[in-house]
Parts: sequence; C-alpha cells; structure tokens
Amino acid sequence: MSKITIPFGPQHVALKEPENFMLVLEGEQITGSTINLGYNHRGMEKAAEGRTYIQDLYLIERVCGICSHSHTTCYITNVEELAKCETPKRALAIRTLVAELERVHSHLLWIGVAGYEMGFETLFMYTWRDREQVLDCLELLSGNRVHYSINTIGGVRRDVSAEQKAEVMKRINYLVERTNYYIKLATEEPTVLARTQNVGKLPKNVAIERNAVGPTARASGIISDVRKDDPYLIYGELDFKAISHDTCDVFGRLVVRALELVESYKIIKQVLNNLPEGPIAVKVPMRIAPGEAVNHYEAPRGEDIHYLKSNGTDKPERLKVRAPTLANLQSVSYMLEGGWMADVPLVIAAIDPCMSCTDRAVVWDPKKGKKQTYGWEELRKLAIEQYRRRGVDFTRL
Amino acid sequence: MKTIDKLITWSLLKSPWILHFNSGACNGCDIEVVDALTPKYDIERFGILQKAVPRHADILVVSGPVTRQQAKRLRTIYEQMPEPKFVMAVGACGCSGGVFDGCYGVIPGVDKTLPVSVYIPGCPVRPEAIIDGVVKLIQSVEGKK
Repeated sequence: MSKITIPFGPQHVALKEPENFMLVLEGEQITGSTINLGYNHRGMEKAAEGRTYIQDLYLIERVCGICSHSHTTCYITNVEELAKCETPKRALAIRTLVAELERVHSHLLWIGVAGYEMGFETLFMYTWRDREQVLDCLELLSGNRVHYSINTIGGVRRDVSAEQKAEVMKRINYLVERTNYYIKLATEEPTVLARTQNVGKLPKNVAIERNAVGPTARASGIISDVRKDDPYLIYGELDFKAISHDTCDVFGRLVVRALELVESYKIIKQVLNNLPEGPIAVKVPMRIAPGEAVNHYEAPRGEDIHYLKSNGTDKPERLKVRAPTLANLQSVSYMLEGGWMADVPLVIAAIDPCMSCTDRAVVWDPKKGKKQTYGWEELRKLAIEQYRRRGVDFTRL
Repeated sequence: MKTIDKLITWSLLKSPWILHFNSGACNGCDIEVVDALTPKYDIERFGILQKAVPRHADILVVSGPVTRQQAKRLRTIYEQMPEPKFVMAVGACGCSGGVFDGCYGVIPGVDKTLPVSVYIPGCPVRPEAIIDGVVKLIQSVEGKK
C-alpha cells in the first residue's frame, strides 16, 4: 500500500494551542509521525530577564492559562530559596489549596475535552458545567477566574476567611458527588470503554525511556508524583494517595485523572480544616542575592521544572521553564504509531496538551499527487462515524 | 440596499457564527471563549455557534498577541472567510500585546495584522465581557442597516 504523509495542524480553532504533526499513513494506519513546535513562541524567557522579580511573577503566570498557579509557585519557590526567606506556614497552606483547586479545574476540563473528542458531547457539557463550581471557588478566594495571582514574593496576597471556607466546602461536596458519577461512567460505560481501551498504548519501559510525566506516566504504571517523591509546600503533612494504573492506554489516563480528582478533594478538605494561624506574607527585599536554584512542581499535566539564576540585582539573569507537555510530546509519536487515523484526536488529547493544536489535516497521495483537506471537525466526524459502524454509538445512550 | 444584502445582514444578526483562533495566547482566553459556549453562559441560545472552518464563519475571534509564526496563518484564515466579516480581539494581549509587549517573538496587538471591529479587554476576558462584545458588534451592524 502506498504511504501518505499528512500535515496535522498548526491551526486549531476549537480548543487548544498551535502545534503541527506530520503523520505518515499506510491506509488507515499510522506508521510514523514527527512533531513540529514553535507556533506559540513568544520569547518569554528573554522577556523575563528584562523585568523585575515581581513583574516576572505576572509574566510567568501567563505561560499557561490553565496551570498558571503551578508556574508561579515553582518560580516563586526559586526566588524565595535565593532570598533565603522564611515563608509563613499559612501562606504555604493557601498556595496548596489553590494548587489543588487548579488541579480539579484542569482535570475536569480534560475529562470534558476527552468526551468531546470521543463524540460524547453530553459529558463535555456536564463536566464544563461542574467546572464552573471550581472557578467560582477560585474567584471567591483570589478575585479572578483564570489567572489567580494569589502568589506574591514572600507569601500570598489574600487570606481565607471563615465564610469563604464554608462556601468552598459546600461546592466541593457537590463536586465529590458528581465525580463519583464520572468515575462510574468512565469505568462501566461500554461505549467509553470501546473508544478508550487499547488505544494509544504506551508500555512502561517506553514511558520511562521517553520521560513521560504526570498522569501520562502514571497511567503506564509508573508511580511518579512530585507531591509524594519530593514534598513541597505542605504536601508532606497531608494524607493522600499517588494514583497509578497499569493499562497503559487512554482508558488508564482517564481513570487516573478521575481518581486524582477524589484525592484532590481530600487534600482541599484537609487544608481547609487545618489552616495554620499566622501572617500570610513576609517582606522580601527587591534585590535577590546571587545564586542558582532549581525546583520542580507537580502541575496538573505533570512535572514542571523551573531554573533561576540571579546576579544580585532586582532582575533575574536567566530563567528556564520546562513545561510538562514538552516532556509528554515525545511519547505521543510512539502512541500514534500503529494506531488508527480515527484515534489521532483522542490520543493527542489524552496527554492533555497545553500547547497543542490540530485544526486541519491534508491527506496527500504521492502516487496520484492528490490532496484532500480535513478540518479537525471533519476528522472528528470521520472518527465518530467509523466507530459507529463498529457499534460504538453515543447517540443511543 | 439590495434584497440579497438585506438577507445576508439578517442572517448575520440572527446567527453570528464564530471562528476561534489562538495566535499565541496563554490558553486563558481560549478556555473562557469555550466557557461562554457551555451551560452556565450558553451563548449558543442566541444562535452563536463555534465553527471549525473559516469559510463558515462571520466573526473571527482572535486571542493572543499574534506570534510571528502565526501572523501569516492568521491572515490566510481571515482571507478565507466570506464577506461580511468581523474581527474580535479578545483579551489584553489581543488588544495591545498586554504582558507580552516587547517580547521578540510577538507582533503586539491583533490590529497590526488585521482590521479589528471589537476590542474586549481583560486578562483573561470574562465570559460576560465576550457576550457584551458580541452584542455591541450586532448592535453596530444593526445601526448601519
């Protein structure tokens, strides 16, 4: 059979960010793939060198709108380490609280997106409706829905009052109930199982070889969670489980994220019930002592690493960010190989890419020299149709 | 005004279809745009639908400061849209570059690449602001009629 190369991306108009996949097809099966990045390159690391530490905080927050708290917390830990500042316990607890709320919002968002790519649009609407509850909590605590800006050098900007605590608790109890429904749906619904089981396989040894992180690695049976391995903030004192699953496929990634939601609710409740007393921030001088610092952080998508070098002025000399999606993209090309064209959207969505984008694919037949353009939407329909012929149909639910 | 133009304006006012394009945004505005389509805000009830193909769209919703890589692609997408077409710059970086103003990979502001009809401020924008922007755009088209 003749080989076909398909550029996949870089524009995506529905959900995510830009990137490009070159897929080599043999019939309907994928035999190879290359990933091209850089469509979203803004030059933030260079920009960070020209701004002060406190200005950088707001720049770093905008590395990503979904895991903004992860990036600032990781950056600020570096700054505080270099400044040798003793951050108050209450501030650390509030940071943990916001971090877990962020994980809940990110995982709910992912379950919705995965449902959408499967053709299960009801699930998408359900999870996004419930996600509003978390966004309300975050708005209540920080004043903003997406970029919370709760962190400041030396602590946090806002305190948590008793009324806020009660309000957050109420919403979390509602979400616990809803999440039990999603877990039941993900593990028992035959249509979901048919679309996710044995799709996008990533065996344990390959996951280690390709440095998969976060839920992608944990679904391949690797127990790697920075919160457990190297506790930061107040995770060391909290009681929670590191979730892992050994099916190594999209189903495993769905289960891992759904079960992590439950752990996050547990953490949120523990933090709210045992908030330490004391100040929420300490003063830190503008100039930071020279030195280098590296820190890692378990973002919703995996391990996020920040490196910071200071030279004694009020501006950093070098800042380097390694976001989790970059680590996980290496495994995507493995997951795609040998799979079906129809599974591409779901497999790419399964790592929860934070800068992914796939809008249109051009099917090119070198023998006939013919080109056929697929939009993301058409590709999604193609996938849904193909599975419907195999008996997987969400409209019959 | 010709009958055909009246028909086109009427259909635009009743069901403005949007095309969302991320030109290097941080994803904050993008999820808020999708948020506006989901149950809590549900702008689909006003006939606003999100489309994936430029040829179906009336309004191009651009988030992000326009990276150099994406500027050419943004212009191509704009050219593929049928007349009459409008551009909505979403978020502080879409309006003026925002926090990314001065970065080497960025041409700050959507209006340096495309003619913009509506600017929606906020970092990120709130879904309410997006709805307000769409309503103002519809009102201005109605006024011209």
